[in-house]
Amino acid sequence: MSTSPVIYLDHAATTPMLPEAIGAMTEELAQLGNPSSLHNAGRRARRVVEESREQLAEVFGARAGEVVFTGGGTEADNLAVKGLFWSRRAADARRTRVLTTAVEHHAVLDSVRWLCDADGAVADWLTVDACGLVGADVLRAALSRDPSSAALVSVMWANNEVGAVQPVASLAAAAHEFGVLFHTDAVQAAAQLPVDFAASGADAMSVTAHKLGGPVGVGALILGRGTAPVPVLHGGGQERDIRSGTLDVPAIRAFAVAAVASARRRSAEASRVALLRDDLIRQVLRAVPDAILNGPPPGPDRLPGNAHFSFPGCEGDALLLLLDARGIACSTGSACTAGVAEPSHVLLAMGADESRARGSLRFSLGHTTAQGDIDALGACIGEAVTRARRAAGAAAR
Amino acid sequence: MGIRVLAAMSGGVDSATAAARAVDAGHEVTGVHLALSQNPQSYRTGARGCCTLEDARDARRAADVIGIPFYVWDMADRFKRDVVDDFVAEYAAGRTPNPCLRCNEKIKFEAVLDRALALGFDAVCTGHYARIDASNGALMRAADDGKDQSYVLAVLTSDQIKHAMFPLGDTPKALVREEARDRGLLVADKPDSHDVCFIADGDTQGFLARQLGTAPGKIVDADGTTLGEHDGAYGFTVGQRKGLRLDRPAPDGNPRYVLSIEPVSNTVTVGPAAALAVSEITAVRPVWTGCPPPLSPIECSVQLRAHGEVYPCVAWLAGDELVINLRTPARAVAAGQAAVLYDGDTVLGSATITAAR
Repeated sequence: MSTSPVIYLDHAATTPMLPEAIGAMTEELAQLGNPSSLHNAGRRARRVVEESREQLAEVFGARAGEVVFTGGGTEADNLAVKGLFWSRRAADARRTRVLTTAVEHHAVLDSVRWLCDADGAVADWLTVDACGLVGADVLRAALSRDPSSAALVSVMWANNEVGAVQPVASLAAAAHEFGVLFHTDAVQAAAQLPVDFAASGADAMSVTAHKLGGPVGVGALILGRGTAPVPVLHGGGQERDIRSGTLDVPAIRAFAVAAVASARRRSAEASRVALLRDDLIRQVLRAVPDAILNGPPPGPDRLPGNAHFSFPGCEGDALLLLLDARGIACSTGSACTAGVAEPSHVLLAMGADESRARGSLRFSLGHTTAQGDIDALGACIGEAVTRARRAAGAAAR
Repeated sequence: MGIRVLAAMSGGVDSATAAARAVDAGHEVTGVHLALSQNPQSYRTGARGCCTLEDARDARRAADVIGIPFYVWDMADRFKRDVVDDFVAEYAAGRTPNPCLRCNEKIKFEAVLDRALALGFDAVCTGHYARIDASNGALMRAADDGKDQSYVLAVLTSDQIKHAMFPLGDTPKALVREEARDRGLLVADKPDSHDVCFIADGDTQGFLARQLGTAPGKIVDADGTTLGEHDGAYGFTVGQRKGLRLDRPAPDGNPRYVLSIEPVSNTVTVGPAAALAVSEITAVRPVWTGCPPPLSPIECSVQLRAHGEVYPCVAWLAGDELVINLRTPARAVAAGQAAVLYDGDTVLGSATITAAR
């Protein structure tokens, strides 16, 4: 096993838990009580859950009653996409069209595909530009083609691979012009951007704890009043009958503590991380002049902690291996069950050819990233690319 | 001093133990599972194959237990081109290929080795049962005669062997299983793989028929008399007795065997067992790893198929061809198989059989 210190540049995969979240979770793990129970222990647990719910609502610009806890971002996306599709179609059988983009996270993408394959939905893929962004005019045009067939629009707030920040408020407004519900996956955005549910105008928004310093396995779907998805999980009727299952009190407590702490530091952190990210881009381009920065240019359209490159002539997984051997953790941005690197569906949707999509790497920065991490990458990316190119040449024989 | 080793991990007990031994020997080891199928479900499932999602998971778990980095390398395109398509083309040409040998030659010790060397590794380690003579770099049979796999590695060149590592060559299989158990590797009791990994149901004839379609032709005897019909000459192997579906028995009442396969006329010739006896073999593309290319005939022994018998012989080079004269006749020698020359346990060289008389 490598003994070199880890240079962790994969915060978009998961970010270290904040000490205050670990503290809150550890403390709560020692406590007893099911928040659905009526006795004293239950009441104590319920109070923790409801206080956490209120704190999260405040952080995300929502009302406490709009926060539905889930087992994470994937579950929140499944509940939003499937649940809202089912409820809209049940109300009006003509509404079978789901409008979304090809750059969504698989939790949305594959939920939509499953609805199409198994349940009569029709996907309408909104075109993204070369930076991965979709404009409100594109959505408006797609909706106006046949407004009465639209069940739901789902567009992510910020892309997990290339960091593109979508114009969520204009998209939500466009959807509402046609009376169509708008869901956004804000899993990546919530860690780095001010994410205000009410101001965005979205009807539903997915968030998760572990991208912002909380534990893995807890998230929430924020649901505007009157927006009632058909449940995916049936059972004890927790969470307003929308999401059954005993609530994970320690995780929810830690989620709220992390979200509050992260929000308090967000503005300063975003500037700090963006400066480091800009330096990372500079160092990588200096070492590998023909590397291509994918996604929007650094600025308001891009997550501050995201840098995503294509390295022409390289396989992303060869680069990942070489950097891993140097103690640098990053990501090719997509993986299938067998662990075989697939070309990034996000880059393909942005119009990249397959070799550019295969030869890509994502570096994502977060609250523990320091200048030394960037310098360490800058010191070895050049040699790694040279080696990976040689390996790709060997494979082409 | 340790070197950088890439351990090819199939998900089975042998390659996992081999990787663990490489770590123990002080090397810096990285595990790699080769994804060989474009559609993993189509290859053999569970314990029997080497290319399924379950195998990838087993390999990953073993790497975690050993404590080494682990990646999956997608070799599906290369495997299809160099092994599967070649397998089909060889049968279509009337020969009987050995896909495991081809996979070692073209995938593990070419595609994977080249990529590994380019990435800065020094060697590729596998769970094959074979040894490498430290004094001269020659390939040798494994200590466990029953598991010896030197035959399917004998196509490797000296350069390939120089970058190969077979840590299990000195150990009987039973002890390897025991060692795997002691190491906490959960694959310790996984059954050995058998047959052709890319033919999911084990039905080679059915697989070939799907690839090549039916091509009806004649089954004849040595005189050219038609005895029956077949659906495709590729469905036969020299020495085969069953499945000939001949109309009438031989005049002497003895069983008949496939003697030769002629792809151009799509004809299968059959005859008595005695006609299968072979005393001279011609083979092409010789590779010499245990001795320099011989300038004069050499006394040695030859193996003509995996786990096959070993025959004493004299072998010499006639231009680009290797000619092998058997001291005792062999039975049913199929073109397309490798003729591997041994001096005792040492592999001298190998070549691909084209003709046998």
